[in-house]
Amino acid sequence: MHNMTATVAFTPERLEKVKEIIGRYPEGKQKSALLPVLHLAQEQHGWVSSETMDYVAELLNIQPVEVYEVATFYTMFHLEPVGKHVIEYCRTGPCCTMGGEEVYAHLRERLGIETGETTADGKFTIKEVECLAACGWGPCFQIREKYYMHLTNQKVDEIIDELSK
Amino acid sequence: MAESIKILTEHFHQEGIEKLDVYKKHGGYAGLEKALKTMSPEQVVEEVKTSGVRGRGGAGFPMGMKWGFLAKPEGVPRYLVCNGDESEPGTFKDHYLMMKCPHLLIEGMIISSFALGANTSFIYVRGELMYVINILEKAIAEAKAAGYLGKNILGTGFDLELVVQPGGGAYICGEETALLESLEGKRGNPRNKPPFPAVKGLYQCPTVVNNVESIATTPWIMLNGGEAYSKIGIGRSTGTKLISASGHVKNPGVYEIELGLPVEEFIYSDQYLGGIREGHDLKAVVAGGSSVPILPKHLILKTAAGEPRLMSYESLSEGGFASGTMLGSGGFIAMDETTCIVRNTWNFARFYRHESCGQCSPCREGTGWMEKVLYRLEHGKGNERDIDLLVDVAKKIEGNTICPLGDAAAWPVASAIRHFREEFEWHVRHPELAIAPGAVFNKETEAVLN
Repeated sequence: MHNMTATVAFTPERLEKVKEIIGRYPEGKQKSALLPVLHLAQEQHGWVSSETMDYVAELLNIQPVEVYEVATFYTMFHLEPVGKHVIEYCRTGPCCTMGGEEVYAHLRERLGIETGETTADGKFTIKEVECLAACGWGPCFQIREKYYMHLTNQKVDEIIDELSK
Repeated sequence: MAESIKILTEHFHQEGIEKLDVYKKHGGYAGLEKALKTMSPEQVVEEVKTSGVRGRGGAGFPMGMKWGFLAKPEGVPRYLVCNGDESEPGTFKDHYLMMKCPHLLIEGMIISSFALGANTSFIYVRGELMYVINILEKAIAEAKAAGYLGKNILGTGFDLELVVQPGGGAYICGEETALLESLEGKRGNPRNKPPFPAVKGLYQCPTVVNNVESIATTPWIMLNGGEAYSKIGIGRSTGTKLISASGHVKNPGVYEIELGLPVEEFIYSDQYLGGIREGHDLKAVVAGGSSVPILPKHLILKTAAGEPRLMSYESLSEGGFASGTMLGSGGFIAMDETTCIVRNTWNFARFYRHESCGQCSPCREGTGWMEKVLYRLEHGKGNERDIDLLVDVAKKIEGNTICPLGDAAAWPVASAIRHFREEFEWHVRHPELAIAPGAVFNKETEAVLN
């Protein structure tokens, strides 16, 4: 257990951040920090393993199951290892109305993988997500915090070229 | 209609408006100064009541009245929580507002917290918008350094801490009680009401949850008065509304319109959407986010009685669900004749299936069934009974769930069948035609049907 914790532990800077986040809520309500802390964990590791969840539970002084049930409910958390760049494209109505289905087909073809898969070199994972609140700027996808909007086949190629460097 | 009044977005085009000094140069924080220095919390509440401003997240409930419900027991903290979870397909106005002008929301949060007596307030923003959360946090730090947040704000004795909370990717957290659960670090399962959040909300304390755009109206209302606000708009639809437009229009984007603007003008005027893309014609509109009933062109432009349809709560719902729809969140999705209504309805049904929290069986099971049946219709495997089966399932979800997600899932399906039934029938009778790539039911394909 202890060794496990060592591999999932936060960097000292992030541990400071965790303390700051916990301080935002009233005394005894540190469970409110769960979502922001899980985001921090994913930022550090790329995904959220069950060991990470146990570690987060310990940090927030809550039961591991309280972390499991939350991490599995919210779709932003990757519960399995992912590629270096996770491309999350919006599959919902307006983006499709604005030509999304063709653009996303091109993206899959370009990377040679299906939705949910990772390229053999570990560089890219494609995921399908629901509405990203950028409908009028669609079709769109997100890679980490960054939104890529008004996508066309050509734009997709340029983005992949740039990230492949 | 003349050049329409801008209450929220007047200065959005100014370079650097996300910074405190630029925001202040254009009148920012003047509403806050006026409220905190010259008004009592009760007076602020009164002005908001007088304005008639209604909840801009979708429900359209009068904001001042909602504030009036807040319980104020002695010695118990009260909370204001801003709902920036914006996840309703077609809706991206709050995203735009927070990203462009974070101080407008922050100023509104301080005024509203003062009115409600909240000393810790939260802005819950969907986790995908992490870049917007960073913008907000930067602006909050600026506001704090300028003395607008923290202890003894502007020497008035009022204290406020403002916290931005990220979500984790769950549409359901836009429902206010699910949002509160999420803010407490739990799954976003909506709570039974009563008790309402106004009595038992965040941490079981009295809480008000308001949408981003609603909160952002308060600086203007403080400066100009509730009565001035109530004179803008039409009837009980006072003020302006942000409309986020997407789909087959020439100029998609976010527009601030005065409520009461004719729908036809909104779609076809160059000041707004500029009409449908070249060489195409409008077929249908979803006027207020994916959950509101879809209307065919003739019913979105004019009511069944032949009156011009207006962008207002009352006019859009004129005719009830038989021939009307709702203003909702202002997510305006326009579709031209190349759109397959069955495919679009399946897409929306898949969304609601994915986003159902699973707590109530009519929604958990019903959204799954609707998606499956629509999938097989769209893919040429449906039968005649499927259409009535969908209507039946939709009816059985509606009104039978803890939160409105069930209704939100049922309405798009029921309305698509109500107004475009022949398109569904065409899929059943001519699956070989319907599944061809890009195939859409229209006048020519109708001839085949008859």
